[in-house]
This record gives sequence, structure tokens and C-alpha cells, in this order.
Amino acid sequence: MKSSSGIAGRIRVRPLCGILVVSSLIALWPLQRALDRARGPAAEISEVLYMPSGSLVRRFCLGYEGLVADIYWTRVVQYFGRRRMAQSTRFELLGPLLRITTDLDPQLLVAYRYGSIFLAEKPPGGAGQPREALQLLRRGIVANPGYWRLWEDVGFIYYWDLKDYDNAAKVFLVGSERPGALAWMKVLAASVAAKGGGYQTSRILWLDIYRQADTDSVRRSALEHLAALDAQNELASLNELLARYKVGTGQPVHAFSELVTLGYLKAVPRDPSGAPYVIDSGGRASLSPASRVDLRLLQ
Amino acid sequence: MPQRRKQSLSPHERVNEMTRIGSIAFHTFKESVRERVLYNLIVFALLMIGAAILFASISVGVDQIILVNLGLTSISVFGLLMAIFIGIGLVSKEIERKTVYVILSKPVARAEFIVGKYVGLLFTLLVNTSIMTAGFYLALLYQKRGLEWHDLTALAAIYFILLELALVVGLALLFSCLSTPILSAVYTFCLFVIGNLLSDVRWFGEESASAVLRKATALVYYLLPNFGNFNVITQVAHGEAVPGYLLVANSCYALLYITVLVSGAILIFEEREFR
Amino acid sequence: MMLAIETIDLTKDYRFGFWRKHSKRALDSLNLQIEAGQVFGLLGPNGAGKTTTLTLLLRLIFPTRGTARILGTSFEDRAVRARLGYLPENPYLYDHLTPEELLNYVGELFGLPAALRRSRVGELIEQLGLAESRKVPLRKFSKGMVQRTAIAQALMNDPEVIFLDEPMSGLDPLGRREVRDLILGLKARGKTVFFSTHILSDAETLCDQVAILSRGRLQGCGDLHKILRLEVSSTEVLLEDPAPAAMAELQPHAASVVRTGDWVRLEIPEEHEVPKILEIALRHGVRVVSLSPVKMSLEDFFLAKVSASRDATKEEAVPLPS
Repeated sequence: MKSSSGIAGRIRVRPLCGILVVSSLIALWPLQRALDRARGPAAEISEVLYMPSGSLVRRFCLGYEGLVADIYWTRVVQYFGRRRMAQSTRFELLGPLLRITTDLDPQLLVAYRYGSIFLAEKPPGGAGQPREALQLLRRGIVANPGYWRLWEDVGFIYYWDLKDYDNAAKVFLVGSERPGALAWMKVLAASVAAKGGGYQTSRILWLDIYRQADTDSVRRSALEHLAALDAQNELASLNELLARYKVGTGQPVHAFSELVTLGYLKAVPRDPSGAPYVIDSGGRASLSPASRVDLRLLQ
Repeated sequence: MPQRRKQSLSPHERVNEMTRIGSIAFHTFKESVRERVLYNLIVFALLMIGAAILFASISVGVDQIILVNLGLTSISVFGLLMAIFIGIGLVSKEIERKTVYVILSKPVARAEFIVGKYVGLLFTLLVNTSIMTAGFYLALLYQKRGLEWHDLTALAAIYFILLELALVVGLALLFSCLSTPILSAVYTFCLFVIGNLLSDVRWFGEESASAVLRKATALVYYLLPNFGNFNVITQVAHGEAVPGYLLVANSCYALLYITVLVSGAILIFEEREFR
Repeated sequence: MMLAIETIDLTKDYRFGFWRKHSKRALDSLNLQIEAGQVFGLLGPNGAGKTTTLTLLLRLIFPTRGTARILGTSFEDRAVRARLGYLPENPYLYDHLTPEELLNYVGELFGLPAALRRSRVGELIEQLGLAESRKVPLRKFSKGMVQRTAIAQALMNDPEVIFLDEPMSGLDPLGRREVRDLILGLKARGKTVFFSTHILSDAETLCDQVAILSRGRLQGCGDLHKILRLEVSSTEVLLEDPAPAAMAELQPHAASVVRTGDWVRLEIPEEHEVPKILEIALRHGVRVVSLSPVKMSLEDFFLAKVSASRDATKEEAVPLPS
């Protein structure tokens, strides 16, 4: 029923509005995507709630420091995750953010533990700032003297990132004397002092981290390290085998399949990621290009 | 932009329609002006901006950052309170108080009513925000003992705040057509909070292992109003200029989303019965 | 003569309940024809469907079934509302506005030019007795004054058809008299007035035609006077000091016997019994003072129809007297 006096009312306005709603919602989708893309770097600054110091932030918390600390921690994880995904090598805000987080909530243990890992790891896995990580952990120990695992984390940084085995052993020993510390800490202290960085010790440490981890990113990191350790160990044994074969027969081997045919090996050896080991042009065992194991983690 | 109104009206009818919408808008504005609560809110906002000067003088080295931060945040927060408050009065109050009978029994289209109300309230927000902006610049002037061209970047942040408020009022309008005044205020506020945390919601979905959750959070991210787009207060406080593309993109976003909200409100209101 | 208002099978169901499964029929198949220039009364007890009818006609609610025509055009045409006036039941007006501002606003919505608005506002304020409070915000008004302002806004566009929902509610006797005069004045100017009320005396004095609604159904409709004449209920016989013997004979034929002093008033329900009564009286030598048909009052008619509808779920509407 259309008339020139605008009877439209219920008849034409409704489909028009319906079309507007649907088409506008659809149009919003690419617009939002474009906005996200363009704001990428800029978005980070505002999202990260950057403020010059923790005490300033504290004044604005109005009693909700714990909550704000949690929000900051979430931001730390996001910041770190995004940077890692972008394969960035610079994590400038990581230290300051962690400092603000732990200023707001000195008992937020997770910030010390994982924050120190993010800080200590070499880029692109982390910020490559082991000294800052140690500072963070020391502040954590002061605020939480009863929590012995922070000592473990300190020891780990000395052991892994600074390759300072003497200090690592000392720290593990101090930590093992904290109340509640597990027995293996003493064993660790001893073996670190004795072996100064062997495969077994490293493996124990990474396995412990894997078991205690409660986020996927840390678990993944531990598995990658374990795989690299195992691969390195296996490569060493394989190289030994190849050397013995060369000494024995004087012939170079070009592929492991030959050793299988000759009966030295039961099957073509595979690395922890499932890819077969290959022999490079220099006659040494190495990872295949298809392998997902990353030996650079061990440096 | 597609026209919101019907196409085949005579010019005379068009004029009448615009006059009616304008009349409703003007009276909505007039009603807001006579609403005493709004005056209180503006006074509080101006007080906050004044207090910002005090805060700023305490923190050495970052005084301008604090002043701009706090000043713009006050405008945003009080603007939000105002938007929600007058948003309630939009349709909910009219339905509850039955004053809507008088209007709708006249040759006024329901769509005209909704659009007129929205325009009137937008105008109210504009006036209130202008007052607060004047207060802000006065405070800045007092503290810096002089303004420079660069200080005008704050206007971009205020423009974005206005866009946010326009969205909030649109949300309030939509809920107003469905629900009682109190509930629609609550829903509007909740959507505002969620809208600010949308990037967290999406990140949460991306981090999760479940593909269903990932798609669900992506859907939520694109469907709900993303207030995070408009937050440039921190940047402006650090003296950065707001890029031109962002001004355009955000304006388009706001326009599209407002279209969604107002059209949705019209659809609902057309069906509404008044007993 | 043109029909001002016509409803065809107008029906309204309300759905309620959690899943909106239950429905209640507030108006059932209403068929009315109201000629222009009349005063039409829609009567009924509370909850009968009177307000439902009015709000349906003004498109504040939408019918489940059926349609209506006002002034020859479909009620769905928004433009026809420019020629209507509406007074809601218990009207709520913007209480931050003064009567002047409210009437001006309403005039703007009708698209009246400024000069016309000004003169109308002035006229209506005078006519409705609001002159002293023209610049006082409505929130300070008494109920009666709000009602008068509401009536004024209903007349702002000089409408051809005026809908009034309980126009007398909340008014003191003086106010009611004024509204009655107003309605008669509107009729004199050729307007059609459609009002709903549950006050029967108002309807009796004002209406040309009435319709009676009960429980959403039309119980009776038509010319008021014809209805009342049609329903001659009984005959009243007034006797002077009848002897007990006469009374004994007369009593069984009477529906009621009332003795007031020397006089006895008998109500004889059946018309054909009247000659017999007269015969008995004459035989006993009783003087018959008067004999007159008792016209049913609107109240009686109303109550009869309403209670009948309560007893039976289905009631045929009284056919229109021709």
C-alpha cells in the first residue's frame, strides 16, 4: 500500500533498516582489519599502558594494586608473545614492565619466574638480558624469602645463559638449604660443580622446567631445548660411530642408509623431531634441512 | 552513504519530515539542558581537570603528561557517565512515563522519533564536551603559561572521545527500546567495558588450542563495538600526533557502527507496542 | 453519510508467559460503524477493551487481525493522524515543559506554521482555562489541570475526529461539566467525538450512539435512545391503599412490591399481565393512581449485558435497530 503521503511506515522502513544493519556490520569487518594492520606498532604503546615508573602507577591504583599488577602481567605476556611472533630482537619495554608489575605486587611469583626466563633468553627467544633477569630474581627473593624455587631460577641463569658454573653451583647449594627445597637440588649443586655443564644436568633442569610450566609458551620452549640437547647428544654419538667406521674401513660414508645396509645400524636414525639425520659434505653427521630441531638454542 | 529515509516522498513531505525530526531533536536537547544532573557532572569534570593541575605539580618531569592524561581521561569518564545517563532518558524513560503516547499519536513516523532523539542527544553531548574541552585548555594554559600549535593534538583525542560517546549513546538508544531504564544503563555500561577489552578477548582466543574458541572470539571481536580503536590518550599525552589515516578510519568506523545501532533501534521500535 | 470510523473484525491478542505461549484475547472481532458528526460512546467495565480499541485505532499497538478505516482511509496511513486528536487515559505529559511549550511542540509536530501555532495556542489556553498557568511547568500542575492541558493538545490541529479515553477521569464536577460542554461544542462544529468511559450518566447525556464492550466483545451497539426504548423492561402500577385481599391476588403477578405510606408500587414485568392487574384492582375497588412503562436506564441495560456476558461465554450482539 503505497501512497504519495508516505504511508510507508511499517512497510518500507523495516527492510531498509535491516539492509543497513547487515551491510554496515559486514563493512565493519575489513575496516577493522585495516585499522588493526595500520595501528600495529602504534597500538602497542597505548595497549601496554606505559608509565614512567611503578610508584606513579601505584598512586593511581586506589587500592587495587593486585588487579592492576595482574593486568600488567597479562600485558607482559602479550608484549613478549607478539614480539616473538614478529621475530623481533628488541624487547625494550620488557624490563620496565616487569619492574612495574613486581612493584605493584611483589608477591606475584609468576612474574619473577617467567619474566626472568623472557629476559634471560638470547634473542629471538628472549631479550638477552641475563643480568637484568638476575636483578629481577634478586628482588623477588628479597620479597619472598621463603620461596626456594627463585634460587633455582637464579642458578639456571648462571648455568645456562652466563655459563658461570661456579656461581651456578654456589646458588644451587644455597637454594637447596632453603626450607622446603627438594632433595635433587643438592644433587644438582654437586653435579654442576663436578661436571661443569654436562648433558645430563642440562636435561634435568629443562625437564624440571617443563614439568612445572603452566603456560604453553614456556612448555614449548622447554621441549625445544630438550630436543636440541638430545639431538646434540645423538649427533655426538653418530659422529663417533662415523669416525670409528672411517678408521675401520678407510671409506667415507655418504648416507646413513649405507650403514644400515652394512648392518652397523638397525635403521636410519631420526632426530627428536622425526626427521632423519644426514651426513653433510664434510662427512659429519648433521640435522636434515627438514628437521625442526634448532641447535642454536644451545649456544 | 545510503539514505536512511524513504525515497518516493514529495519535497513537501520531505521538508515536513525534516522539520519533525528537527523539532524532536531540539526538544530532546532542551530537556537535557533542564536536567540538573548534567550540570553536576560537568562541574565534577571541571573540578577533576583542575585537580589534574595539582597532581601534575607533584610529579616532577612528567607534569604535562599527567595533566593531559588526567584531563582527557576525565573528559572521557564524565562524558561516558553523561552519555549513559541521558541515554536512559532517550526511549526507556519516555516509554515508562508514557509521554511517548502524545508524540506517536501524531503523524510522526516511529523512525523519525528515534532519529530525532538521537540527534538531540548527540547535540547535548557535543555541547557538554565543548564545555569540558574549554576547561581542559584553560587548565593547560594555566600550567604552561602559554599554548602552542602542538597542543591542538589533544583535539584529535577529544574528537575520538566524542566518537566513542556517540557510539555509547547509540548503544543506550538500542537497549532503551528493549528494556527498562536501569537495565539498559547496565547493559550499555557492560558493553562499553567489553568493547574496551576486545583485543584481550581476541588474544585469549588466539592463544587457546580450541578452534571453536578461536573462531568465536574472532566473531565477537568483529561484531562488538571496538572502543580500543579510539584510545589515543596515552599517545597524545606523550606529545605524539594522531595520524591522518586514523582520523578517517575511526570516523568511518563510528559512522558505520552508529548506522547499525540506530537502524537496529528503529527496527525494534517499529514493532514495539505501547499499552 | 460518510463513516468517520469503521472497524472490521478488529482483534487483539496479548501474548504472555515465559515462552509467550499463552495469549489473552483483549478484543474480539470488533465491528463498528460510526458516522461523521456524531458523539459516540464506548462503554464497558474496567478491562473490557476500551483502551485497547483506542490504542489500536491510533496505531500505538497493532492488531492481531482485522483492520479499520478512519475518514475513509486505512488507519495504517500515517497522514490521517494529522486530522485526529487523541487524549490518552491518565495522560502523561513532559513535565519540564509549560503548557505553552507543550502545545507549541505538538503544533510543530503537526507541521503548523508559526503564526497559526501561536494563535491556536492562545485560543486553546483560553478555552481550557489555563491562562493563569500558561508559563508554569507541568510538573507543578494538579491532575485536573494536566487533564485540561492534555485535552488542549488533542485539539491543537483542529481535528475532524477526536478520540478521548476516559476524558472525565480525575476531574471535579465543575471540570466534568466543562468537558461535557466542550464535547457538545465540538459536535456543534461538526466534529466526530469518540470517547470511552465507564460513567454511564455522561454517556446518557452526550452520546448519539453507544457500544458496550465486555471482556473484549461487543455486547450491544446502536442508537442510545432506541436501545433504551426497545428495552421497556416493565410497567409500573401505582395503587392507593389496596386491601390485603387485593394484595394477595396481585402479589404473584408482580416482580416487586414497594409500600410507601398509603401507596403501593407494583412492578409488572410482563406487559400482557397488565390488563389482568387492572381487572383485579377494579374488582376490589382499588384506586389506580398511575400506570407507566419503566424505561430501562442505561445502567440496567449495561449491567444486564455485562452480567450476561459473564454467565455465558458467547453472547450475540444486539442487532442494530433499524
